[in-house]
Amino acid sequence: MHSADKSTNSIPFNLIEQSERAMRICNACRYCEGFCAVFPALERRTEFKEPDINYLSNLCHDCGECYYCCPYAPPHEFELNFPKILAEVRRETYRKYAWPGMFKNLFNRNGLSLLIGALLAPIVVLLSIYVWSGGATLSTAYSVEEGSFYRVVPHTVMIGIFGAIGSLVVLAFAVGLIRFWRDMGEPLASLLNVRAVRRAKMDAFSLRYLNGGGDGCAYPDEMPSHARRWFHHLTFYGFGLCFGATTVAAVYHNVLGYEAPYPFWSVPVVLGTVGGAGLLVGPLGLLWLKTVRNPELADRGQTGLDITFLVMLFLTSLTGFLLLIFRESAAMGVILAVHLGIVLGLFVTFPYGKMVHGIYRFAALARNALEEQGHAAWQRGAK
Amino acid sequence: MADRPVYDVLVIGGGNAALCAAIMARRAGARVLVLEAAPEHFRGGNSRHTRNFRCMHEAPEDVLTDAYTEPEYWDDLANVTEGKTNEQLARMVIRETAACRPWMMGHGVRFQPSLAGTLHLSRTNAFFLGGGKALMNAYYRWAEKLGVDVEYNAEVRELHFQDGNFSHANVQRRGFNDKIVAKTVVAASGGYQANIEWLRESWGDAADNFLIRGTPYDTGHILKVLMDQGVKTVSEPSQCHAIAIDARAPRFDGGIVTRVDSLSLGIVVNRSAERFYDEGEDFWPKRYAIWGRLIAQQPGQIAYSIIDSKSMGAFMPPVFPPIQANSLQELAFELKLDPSALEKTVSAFNAVVREGSFDHSTLDDCRTEGLTPAKSHWARKIDAPPFYAYPLRPGITFTYLGVAVNERAQVILGDDKLMGNVFAAGEIMAGNILGKGYLAGLGMAIGTVFGRIAGREAARVALGG
Repeated sequence: MHSADKSTNSIPFNLIEQSERAMRICNACRYCEGFCAVFPALERRTEFKEPDINYLSNLCHDCGECYYCCPYAPPHEFELNFPKILAEVRRETYRKYAWPGMFKNLFNRNGLSLLIGALLAPIVVLLSIYVWSGGATLSTAYSVEEGSFYRVVPHTVMIGIFGAIGSLVVLAFAVGLIRFWRDMGEPLASLLNVRAVRRAKMDAFSLRYLNGGGDGCAYPDEMPSHARRWFHHLTFYGFGLCFGATTVAAVYHNVLGYEAPYPFWSVPVVLGTVGGAGLLVGPLGLLWLKTVRNPELADRGQTGLDITFLVMLFLTSLTGFLLLIFRESAAMGVILAVHLGIVLGLFVTFPYGKMVHGIYRFAALARNALEEQGHAAWQRGAK
Repeated sequence: MADRPVYDVLVIGGGNAALCAAIMARRAGARVLVLEAAPEHFRGGNSRHTRNFRCMHEAPEDVLTDAYTEPEYWDDLANVTEGKTNEQLARMVIRETAACRPWMMGHGVRFQPSLAGTLHLSRTNAFFLGGGKALMNAYYRWAEKLGVDVEYNAEVRELHFQDGNFSHANVQRRGFNDKIVAKTVVAASGGYQANIEWLRESWGDAADNFLIRGTPYDTGHILKVLMDQGVKTVSEPSQCHAIAIDARAPRFDGGIVTRVDSLSLGIVVNRSAERFYDEGEDFWPKRYAIWGRLIAQQPGQIAYSIIDSKSMGAFMPPVFPPIQANSLQELAFELKLDPSALEKTVSAFNAVVREGSFDHSTLDDCRTEGLTPAKSHWARKIDAPPFYAYPLRPGITFTYLGVAVNERAQVILGDDKLMGNVFAAGEIMAGNILGKGYLAGLGMAIGTVFGRIAGREAARVALGG
């Protein structure tokens, strides 16, 4: 049915073996069918090879429902802990599809990622400004006058650096996506299947599979709750609004010729403020949920990955607000430099951190939509 | 001792019927204690392995298609029990099921559409989202919320009576033997299928080879205690629900996944590599429950379902991988069967197969001619390697012997007198309604209906209503 490319096969064999055993149990039971997309997708199969396992593990949203209702969960002798094993596989797939491959170890070295993102990047930005624009600029460039930001960092430099890094990040995401897609045995053309992509968008943007039976999912513990869904929404849409703010600002600058900083009630600042609020509350909420989550289900190897990503998102928003508050003070230059550094750090670590879950989850949802329509490659081949 | 709380209702057991009783009694204002013999992780008795609830309904509901009316439900029940039922109690259960689901949902139970592979049940049975353990989790959450006291690892050893009324229980918990006083008691402690010694009384040494599909905590101790008090019993000790399950399954608690559904697609042989029953007698859902008993009667209580590559993938995938070989000889070697005997059985079978147009969804015309035992449907030659085998043993789901009750769930004594403050619900009394045979989802229906009645009535007696 599928052929795994041996050269990129990096999922530890014992993990594949354990997953296969787990999926056999689930496929013979099927009680969890109504919870999410994973179980119906699993039931479309009679055997589970590595590509199937990689696919199903990325389709899982880690809500935990199946663990609490599982008659085979530990201490039953089958010791079935389905969410945990899928989480462990998921972490390995992030490494497997990472591009360039030399950076894949960052997935295991979260401390290093955090160091790069939260400390090294701001320091590099600060030092660069100090060297190129001179220390005086940092403390004297403050005002609400148009263009004051660009006295600290010239607009072209800002655009140039973020443009280049952004392009590399997009490229890394695209390569990872293509690697995952091909690993699942799908031709690239099926990524253009409009119906499948639309369905995946709806599933992803509504977090349909964190809805449990309508009353929420079993996160952080057995009690059905919508907490994770809402905190994720705040984070995701908060990030989206901040990104939107930046885009509007770019249009203002390049098309309309208005220069930042913009007034409080301008579109970029309002979007950024609302989004930033989401990006403060969302990551904090998700971090809090992590601390109270049932440790039985958690893949400890992923805790650092989650924390790093959430802390970076939080710091991005926090420094953004600080900039807004202190933009008329002497601290503006330094805060701007730190904020830009954090954003740069966030972007640099994007392809080697938890951000990739969005890419692979979306691809898995698209694959699921294809399968539901009977249009997956193996289904068409089998007909 | 003076500070020890006196409970209004003591519920013995921790499955579906027990929790329904506890919640109802608590809602009626009673102080309720649930004593569950299992540790918390394994709470819920056999209910944790269940998946649906057979439900009467007059019109389509959220997860139920069409209608399933009282006369049809009753016909189904009368059919499988062949008269071994109490019609008055049975009809009461049937009617009550129509009102149960809103109450269940009100206590956290969630439903899902009929599972893949069970579409034949979409009209009659409402499936629990996440299965029976999810249902039990919901009930325990609600019991806690309402202020029901629940103790795990608490095994009731003795019930004491005064003037025919229950007075107190002796309980083994945390290494000590404690006395628990309560005004009424609800026995909801299940059947005795996990008590191998008791099974041996009916089955002899064969019982040593039985696998118990559900909880190891259903020892039937309370049933025995009540029988010693001279209660009237229903059904017979030899009656149990037994199916063919994978011989590699755990001794206890293997649950649903150990089922093997390949039997009607191939042949089934015993330890001597001989066939012993018509594998194609009727549709698999109608016949799968006879195979536990059939295998229990074979030497060593072992059998093997043998199919070839034609049938692979045409049935629910079992949890254990099949034993696989490229020739029958090799397969026999793997199964430790006599290779020539297996080859002889298969070639004798193949020689008389009259292949028609194979269709597993109808009683098709593929059958054997002049073979004993015959295979009446779905007979296809076993000739396309690789060959596959699943070893089978009897898997006991539950026993039927129980205590007689009235419509208020009160336990009836041998002389037809009532035990005024002793109630029973669930598998311990299911034999009143299901004296023999089996209907999917009926156990949960009886447990829910009688659990609710027992809780309500026990509270009424305790509170002097």
